Amino acid sequence: MGSLLPLYIIIPLGTAFLTLIFGRWLHNLGKYLIIPAMLFLTGLTIYFVSQIPQTVVYRVGGFADVLNIPVAIFLVADGLTNILLLIISIVGLLVALYSLSYTKQYTGETKFYALFCLMLAGMYGVVIAGDIFNLFVFLEIASIASYTLVAFGIEKQQLEATFKYQVLGGVSSLIILSAIGFIYWTTGTLNLADIARQLPQVKSFQLFVSVLLIGGFGLKAALVPFHSWLPDAHSSAPSPISAMLSGVLIKAVGAYVIIRLFFNIFQINYQIAMTITVLGTLSMIVGVFLAIGQWDFKRLLAYHSISQMGYVVLGIGIGLLVLATGGQEKVAILAITGGLFHMLNHSIFKALLFLNAGSVEYRTGTRDLKRLGGLAEKMPITSGSSFVASMAISGIPPFNGFFSKVVIIFAAIQAGYYWLAFFAVVVSIVTLASFTKVQKYAFYGELPAKYENVKESPFGMSLSMTILAILCLIMSLLIIPGVREIFLKPAVDVLMDASKYSVKVIGL
Amino acid sequence: MISPHGMTIIVKKICQFIAPTIFLFGIYISVYGHLSPGGGFAGGVIMASAFILQILSDGSLLEKLKSERWRLELSESLSIFSFLILAVLGLLLAGTAVFFGNFLPPGKLGQLISGGFIPIGNLIIGIEVCASMTLIFVALIIFKDEESE
Repeated sequence: MGSLLPLYIIIPLGTAFLTLIFGRWLHNLGKYLIIPAMLFLTGLTIYFVSQIPQTVVYRVGGFADVLNIPVAIFLVADGLTNILLLIISIVGLLVALYSLSYTKQYTGETKFYALFCLMLAGMYGVVIAGDIFNLFVFLEIASIASYTLVAFGIEKQQLEATFKYQVLGGVSSLIILSAIGFIYWTTGTLNLADIARQLPQVKSFQLFVSVLLIGGFGLKAALVPFHSWLPDAHSSAPSPISAMLSGVLIKAVGAYVIIRLFFNIFQINYQIAMTITVLGTLSMIVGVFLAIGQWDFKRLLAYHSISQMGYVVLGIGIGLLVLATGGQEKVAILAITGGLFHMLNHSIFKALLFLNAGSVEYRTGTRDLKRLGGLAEKMPITSGSSFVASMAISGIPPFNGFFSKVVIIFAAIQAGYYWLAFFAVVVSIVTLASFTKVQKYAFYGELPAKYENVKESPFGMSLSMTILAILCLIMSLLIIPGVREIFLKPAVDVLMDASKYSVKVIGL
Repeated sequence: MISPHGMTIIVKKICQFIAPTIFLFGIYISVYGHLSPGGGFAGGVIMASAFILQILSDGSLLEKLKSERWRLELSESLSIFSFLILAVLGLLLAGTAVFFGNFLPPGKLGQLISGGFIPIGNLIIGIEVCASMTLIFVALIIFKDEESE
């Protein structure tokens, strides 16, 4: 089973470069290759999830340990990576399906699919990398591919957004790289599991390095106050790319790494736990209040991404706080479950919302909510699926967003952080208000005369939106006891047995 | 901006004389990467500098550069792809059966043909870096020339 891990890197990279080599002669090669590749990877991920959860380790190059020092490059899969692999595969597959029709408006479709595959390879790599330097390399692959993809339409707005994104992305990479340098200096190793083993002996720098890492990966995850690049980049990118960035990228290269580092690698301490919780709460509140006044459909969604990532980080932060203060383990489990579950849910409904916005823009040519209206009759699938997603993001039962938010709020109450629970409820209500606005101005109300001849989006786009809408409903089932054990519990266990990570990976 | 006719005949002749030497040195640095300081990346940059020197001295002929661009793109993609194949071969061959497994015999320490597939990998990286560096340079020239037209 472990021997299948390199496929997550080989297949996307192979697809990308095959597309580039033969794309000059076979113009549609990218389209033909990407769907089988993503189907295969989704199948592989489901196979990984269906196995009994265990930590799988793969040594690239096959080098054995030398004097108990792991020298090989490690690829690691466990319960937590399974969640991320599933998010990347499913959203990646459906977005690829959507892109087949959407990219017809661009010249150079070949390059679009090649870059898309590179971005996927980068994200898969970040998730399964077992050493911090390879994590950084894959992070850069994913980031650089996404800088290019944001500017794919080469319009003025997109170039400006991508420039901003590149500058801030570069700053965050620099911060992360210097943190990696400090870690290597003090511990003499880059392997994550080995770092976890060495760190308790080296007290100096730990807090400093933690702060650098929170800053760097916080920038990638667009937590307030590091969020300024996100609204521009996510709103002006081509819609499938917005869906990938908002749905997957900020989780795989931002939130996931924060979770992995501060549970499994660094020792849990109160200051860092408090910082993470405060950042999460700030993002949650600031994001939603910036969102509600927006009239640009995708910009509004982008601000909501900040707010919803706040929920994820809040759940994780409460878990860390409870563990740091020696509270009840049950409460920590609840909080972490809520955070991870919300991460999964958010990737589904936010990807769907961006695809809806894309299909409205594809048919009408505008994202300005004031100029839209009454599209529900003309585009029933887009309208219906966006209704489902809006309800899911605002936390209305029986859609998935409700359950994860409820779990986070219960955890906050049980842990005694009543204010946090209160804020979470208020933000959820404001979210509902803001999505009522989207529904009213885009899909209900009066149809402007110029949109009389608007048709439903093409088949591929409609199909992927429908599947995502159905997933919004099905995901709710994951919280039921019995189903939860298969999927969410292994991930939570990885985080709860924080100190076991290094034992499981390097076996010492 | 580079003039379309290039520099004087003296500069051109000297560049014609020097560029192959620089190129050869680039190959040397790449191939001896496993024995001495250097390697694919450094060697590739040196190889690219030979091409860039030629373009600078001969002057930019926009049409010619445009027609060359796709070949550079192709050689770039092909070299990365062959590096991936090199890594996957390690996975497929029975001897190693590991991603990036070194499937060639290690040879004798200090000799040119040693270190398994490392010299081959270095050479491939050299080609890749050379192609992409030259491509960046050519792309900048094409952009500048098209703008001024």
